[in-house]
Amino acid sequence: MSGKRVLMQGNEACVEGALAAGMRFYAGYPITPSTEIAELSALRLPVLGGHFIQMEDEIGSMAAVIGASVAGTKAMTATSGPGFSLKQENIGYAAMAEVPCVIVNVQRVGPSTGMPTSTAQGDIMQCRWGTHGDHPVITIAPSSVSEVYTEIIRAFNLSEKYRVPVIFLMDETVGHMREGIEIPDPDSYQVIDRAMPDKKGDNWRPFAVDSEKDVPKLPPFGMGWRYHITGLTHDERGYPTSSPEKSAAFISRLMNKLALNRDDIISCDSYMLEDADIAVICIGSIGRSAKEAVNRARAKGIKAGVFRPVTVWPFPDKEVTELAKKVKRIVVAEQNCGQIVLEVERCVRGACPVTFKGKANGSMLMPDEILAAIEGGEN
Amino acid sequence: MDPLVKKYFRQDMLPHIYCPGCGHGTLMKDLVKAVDNLGLEKDQVCVVSGIGCSSRSAGYMDFNTIHTTHGRAIAVATGIKLAKPELRVIVITGDGDATAIGGNHFIHAARRNIDMAVLVFNNNIYGMTGGQYSPTTPMGDFGTTAPYGSIDPSFDIPTLAKAAGATFVARGTVFHTAKTIRLMERAILHKGFSVIDCMSVCPTYYGRKNKKGDAADMIRWQRDHCVDSADAKLMSPDELEDKLIIGETFHRNRAEYTSDYQELIDRCKGGAQ
Repeated sequence: MSGKRVLMQGNEACVEGALAAGMRFYAGYPITPSTEIAELSALRLPVLGGHFIQMEDEIGSMAAVIGASVAGTKAMTATSGPGFSLKQENIGYAAMAEVPCVIVNVQRVGPSTGMPTSTAQGDIMQCRWGTHGDHPVITIAPSSVSEVYTEIIRAFNLSEKYRVPVIFLMDETVGHMREGIEIPDPDSYQVIDRAMPDKKGDNWRPFAVDSEKDVPKLPPFGMGWRYHITGLTHDERGYPTSSPEKSAAFISRLMNKLALNRDDIISCDSYMLEDADIAVICIGSIGRSAKEAVNRARAKGIKAGVFRPVTVWPFPDKEVTELAKKVKRIVVAEQNCGQIVLEVERCVRGACPVTFKGKANGSMLMPDEILAAIEGGEN
Repeated sequence: MDPLVKKYFRQDMLPHIYCPGCGHGTLMKDLVKAVDNLGLEKDQVCVVSGIGCSSRSAGYMDFNTIHTTHGRAIAVATGIKLAKPELRVIVITGDGDATAIGGNHFIHAARRNIDMAVLVFNNNIYGMTGGQYSPTTPMGDFGTTAPYGSIDPSFDIPTLAKAAGATFVARGTVFHTAKTIRLMERAILHKGFSVIDCMSVCPTYYGRKNKKGDAADMIRWQRDHCVDSADAKLMSPDELEDKLIIGETFHRNRAEYTSDYQELIDRCKGGAQ
């Protein structure tokens, strides 16, 4: 159906984009407001020779995704708040064992059961620090249905390329919104599959790399390379180790795998920033309110613009630091009690004032509310 | 060196971490013997384990091995088996791993009857963490978290497996190695969800806390108290009072999950009608 203009829901675009990226395994557990992703996966996957399984719980869903990926299949799960919390241990395992996988979180209001059908952006920090220990993770937050389609493809590509869990951070607004979108032609985007080792030598060490910028080439199980995968800190052979030297080398490589490739991973959207005095920083669906707020501000003669990290983690720190040198003030608008603002303040380092505009009551942050913050009416 | 050890164990990973007298080494050897007897290709064998003493065994064996998170081995194995049904999937788990933290995955995989052999290395205790009572610690027995004796009734793993829908259920011990190897062979070949309650011994924690003697005493107890399931049918409840029933306890054939899924795919693709 490529090249065609269709009316599509964000959750549907997530599935169609994932299938275009090569997703052939889905394990999940029903949870609002992500359920359409499971339903459409159940409908579409068997037709393509793929597998959908409704697991007994969220933990098992994440585990089955890891298993399918280890067997060589591009795998995804989708959930929301409470389910995302339950998946955290195995997300950490995927980071530790370098298992490519995509976890969709359609955010709803928390904490706990919160407001299951209402929109929020309260899981931004959980994406980064939800599982225990230092670990690498990529998070991508789309703001429109068409961006859901293209960015979920990028999520799979980054996951395969860097062998990390990628969290696809939607919010209820993006998940349930319907828009007309142009299905991109498959020639217009790249689909990346994980790299295979060249050949198995006698001293093949599965986790050995030439430099920390490189990613281990781990073959799927059952293809003639027999090796060990563990969530314990391990050496280049994949064997558990408690040596401080090997442990230091391991965690350094794991973290630098993303840090040294950040320019390839980070993607940001800018709107009318060229001459802006005030920059609004936001993610996901709030990008839409922010653009409208900027249009209204411009109509009043205020030079405002929008900076929207599409890659939320790793955070575009250098970009925000540069932005802070160019503008007179930054407004951070988010649907929570203050998460992205902490990163922004860290990167701005006092170079300009930062105003926070948050909202966490289940209703969307509206253009006029952001406009008021641009005009300096609220802090 | 024993040729089986040379053929199936990662020499550079040995020695293993098990305490002197632990039964898990015997069970590992039983497994590779079963694989060898069946003539399986090492490349086609996938061993999935959870967390705990039992689950460290995966790393020592030269197969496709994955040591997962606590309780989740069966759920990871479900993903592997669905994505690559041609692999022989063997799960090594423990009594706590399989029936406490992983209890939900255990019963649901049994319900689906997905093709895998689950070997529960059952030592009646949490060994790795130092001797806390587990779901298979007999009521009244001691652990570091049951200093006055456990008041928790215990699980009988074969009964639990059968009730949840497993289609091959058996029990072996570290004393009855020949029988346990045969049971492992049959569990691996069985098309469906197979469970073997592999009775290990933990002289370090369970044995010491409960005055069971040393490893030899504990293995001798297995010799003197186990009754084969066929013989047990002829015995009275009184005669079975302090006995442990071993051997195959349940076996039937019913639709297997990955085969049914392939049929579903064929149907959706418009192939087989």
